[in-house]
Amino acid sequence: MELTFNEVTYTYSPGTPFEFRALENLSLHVPSGSYTAIIGHTGSGKSTLIQHINALLQPTSGSVKVGDFVIEAGRKNKNLRSLREKTGIVFQYPEHQLFEETVEKDIAFGPKNFGVDEEEIRERVNKALEAVQLPEDMKEKSPFDLSGGQMRRVAIAGVLAMKPKVLVLDEPTAGLDPRGQKEMMDMFYSLHESEELTTVLVTHSMEDALTYADEVVILNEGRKYMQGAPLDVFKRKEELRQVQLDIPEVLEFLEKIEKEFGVSIEYNKQPLAELAKELTSRLGRRDDYE
Amino acid sequence: MKDRIEFEGVTFRYQEDAPPVLKDVDFFIEKGEWVAIIGHNGSGKSTIAKLMNGLLFAENGKVSVDGMSVNPESVWEIRKKVGMVFQNPDNQFVGTTVRDDIAFGMENQGVPREEMVEKVAGSLRDVQMETYENHEPHRLSGGQKQRVAIAGVLAIAPDYMLLDEATAMLDPKGRQEILKTVRDVQEKSNMSLVTITHDLREIVAADRVIVMNKGEVWFEGTPREVFAHKDSLSFIGLDVPFVAKLTEEMKQYGVSFRKEPLNHEEMVEELWNLHSTK
Repeated sequence: MELTFNEVTYTYSPGTPFEFRALENLSLHVPSGSYTAIIGHTGSGKSTLIQHINALLQPTSGSVKVGDFVIEAGRKNKNLRSLREKTGIVFQYPEHQLFEETVEKDIAFGPKNFGVDEEEIRERVNKALEAVQLPEDMKEKSPFDLSGGQMRRVAIAGVLAMKPKVLVLDEPTAGLDPRGQKEMMDMFYSLHESEELTTVLVTHSMEDALTYADEVVILNEGRKYMQGAPLDVFKRKEELRQVQLDIPEVLEFLEKIEKEFGVSIEYNKQPLAELAKELTSRLGRRDDYE
Repeated sequence: MKDRIEFEGVTFRYQEDAPPVLKDVDFFIEKGEWVAIIGHNGSGKSTIAKLMNGLLFAENGKVSVDGMSVNPESVWEIRKKVGMVFQNPDNQFVGTTVRDDIAFGMENQGVPREEMVEKVAGSLRDVQMETYENHEPHRLSGGQKQRVAIAGVLAIAPDYMLLDEATAMLDPKGRQEILKTVRDVQEKSNMSLVTITHDLREIVAADRVIVMNKGEVWFEGTPREVFAHKDSLSFIGLDVPFVAKLTEEMKQYGVSFRKEPLNHEEMVEELWNLHSTK
């Protein structure tokens, strides 16, 4: 399902001393089936942007199109149900929203609310548990007896059980240990592929954007600052530094190598082993390696 | 009596019938050093922090601070010596202004007003937030909030400051701010720092690293010593710096390193060796 933001401006508390313009004239197109990373500092408008995707917020001016659904400034939204059924948002620390007695009930809560029949719900719960890599016998447990990482997976399973077409992830790995982070990002990527999802990832990690996304959007002070394929965006180092954003470490390192040794190595996501080989042969004695 | 935090054969479990989260843990934190405690989620890191300032008490073994055993009787004395900053910046404010918030800890300890005013100003200067005295804490950015939380701890002039994943919820810019603040404070005073973290930058900057795995001390050493165990670190679910990974790969191509580089500067220096033999 494709997403289009058309000159969206959003102002919090308009007409009060706390008035704050969080998004300004933002236009953005996210093609169906793409994986888009949204990057920016705290306060750059990332959270405001994603809340427009399922009409939790309505633009102050401009419009947002999600599939055929149009959310427009000044017009009452009808049929929000069908929009929210298709757009799953995993908010930060989603495990804080668990509340049911059992894992099964918690995952089933969404589809039940949307009137899905019992048989189908059972099927969806099993499939969602499988997708987040939790064993089926966990269904009867209380979500509050699980570890933090498991609780987060249950919360995510609840979103997946809605069978969304668009999956929005707001810093989904915050607070997990390094292995947990990688497992979770790999899990989202395989879901993205197998379910043909349109995925929007809000992240601070340039590394994750580079590894998983096919498009990167950089926000700064509520405006779109840059957009493009990750490698193209991250090559524009000076522009990124102007808004105090880092570039992925591997690119920073290769830049240093070029400055120190005058040796330029092109990065195109080659594995580390290959990079090590290139570095060794370009910097070391030639006769050893050719 | 040595001035240090000491864990001797410490075992702890949250419920009687639950498996222990810490098993026979021994280590110490010396005065003035910066120790990073790392480990996978559930390895017992946060439990250690809570045992250090008497939020929890050891079931077996002994936790002591400057020779004083941590127990329900000594806990108020202990907390004058050991300050703590938590992960979530929104969960640690009580005051309606930054000034009131920082004064809270001192009020609890009956510090006279005159002295309090001075200390609030001083600790805000230490974290570069002096112009925010009258601001409302909840309107600050995450990084600013954590700096105020650190100022609140500094105001009671503890000998040990614990940061329990204090940068985990911040963006990269906020993280760097905190790291710099903490480093500056550490340089000025003889305070010990204990940081519980997954952040590789934080770990590399520490004097010493304690690696926890499944409730036990798995390794203890300098960052360089710790990251020399790349394979086993990733086996227990931890990450190693990019430079350390690259070093490992380059060794496969016959490159030798005089010392294991941990950051870009050290790596470049090592590569000059390789380059100059060309």
